[in-house]
Amino acid sequence: MIHTDLCIIGAGPVGLFAVFEAGLLKMRCHLIDALPQVGGQLSEIYPQKPIYDIPGYPEVNAQDLVNNLMEQAKPFQPTFTLGERVDHLDKQADGSFIVTTSDKTHVHAKVIIIAGGLGCFEPRKPVLGNLEEFEGKGITYMVKNPETFRNKKVVLAGGGDSALDWAIFLSKVAKRVTLVHRNETFRGAPDSASKVFDLANKGKIDLILSANLKEVTGNGTLEKVVLEGKNKEEINIDADYLIPLFGLSPKLGPIADWGLSIDKNAIEVDTRDYSTGVERIYAIGDINTYPGKLKLILCGFHEAAIMMHSAFKFVYPDQKLSFKYTTVNGVNSF
Amino acid sequence: MITFTVEDHDGNRQEHEAPDDMGLSLMEILKAYEYPVLATCGGMALCATCHVEILEGKDALGHATDVELDQLENLPEYYPTSRLACQIRIGEILEGAVVKLRGEDVV
Repeated sequence: MIHTDLCIIGAGPVGLFAVFEAGLLKMRCHLIDALPQVGGQLSEIYPQKPIYDIPGYPEVNAQDLVNNLMEQAKPFQPTFTLGERVDHLDKQADGSFIVTTSDKTHVHAKVIIIAGGLGCFEPRKPVLGNLEEFEGKGITYMVKNPETFRNKKVVLAGGGDSALDWAIFLSKVAKRVTLVHRNETFRGAPDSASKVFDLANKGKIDLILSANLKEVTGNGTLEKVVLEGKNKEEINIDADYLIPLFGLSPKLGPIADWGLSIDKNAIEVDTRDYSTGVERIYAIGDINTYPGKLKLILCGFHEAAIMMHSAFKFVYPDQKLSFKYTTVNGVNSF
Repeated sequence: MITFTVEDHDGNRQEHEAPDDMGLSLMEILKAYEYPVLATCGGMALCATCHVEILEGKDALGHATDVELDQLENLPEYYPTSRLACQIRIGEILEGAVVKLRGEDVV
């Protein structure tokens, strides 16, 4: 069990800046994010794009902003659980919470801050009738441990960089790798694409182009992937695993089940302190909504500062909060 | 003003008007009409959450750019009529078009 003052769900720019604001008030933070890296949308979707509306930066590269926010939070020693989704929030008798992730990591926190942006980035799934029947029983959407696929028959579907990269990598591990792509050419990195064609020419992988996933079958676990080929013909492939790689898309996910007031996929908050209707749960950044809400990083920063002053009373119920400027007092780490 | 038709995920069609002199994208107009379009990346052709099919009037819109095709071709579902709404500027070219909302990103 991880013990912390504040558990921040979402390690995007607003969640990271919240660590700094919490640190100024001597509150420790643990952050959880479904993505394997910090930075949220900035790192996942547009790391190399410039942002023009961060005060003090006429232009800043998105990944540079994330790096700077990490640097700014560093004196306050935040801890992280990455690549895991928060599934459950359980309120304790003393008002605190125990957070449980998809990988059964438990975090005990006095206050919960939801800075989840648009929700969790989850894999886009192909539309196949009985897909869910085989999820976790042969169908997986990411390669966490390549050893899982050693000496197995693996079918990869997709045409982007990750499909190409994993086809190349798994060709050395798996018994047989089949890469299925709907087109004749790949739009991923040309280097990776030519390696894949090279491996196919050498018989190291099976490359099936102009084909689409049609059906998955098996008896309890996945046994066969059925494709529809160029001429609508059926192609059957024996498979232990199917890995569809069609990118990620944000979903609100389990947040919707935590008893919070939700309006159009966002959590309604009180603008006096960005608290939700549930005591000790706050929501900041793109995940919240209120009259006049603007989904801007700078608005999330403002919300983080305000809400921390409200959360202070739950972490230090016997202390009076005195407002201090960093210019006067500096940034005093723990 | 131009007039075009939107077909939602349930197949219901509704005609809409949009100003053609404000430099808006189709994605922005769909959001303004409160259709369930996430548009996560805000219009940079980076997330494909504004995936639409142009059922009528596709030819007038011209070809998708490479950046747009990179996103579209990565989707689990992709049609010859697929486009990203954020990459279509509202203009005369959209007059009379029929746009179907696509993708799994239903709010």
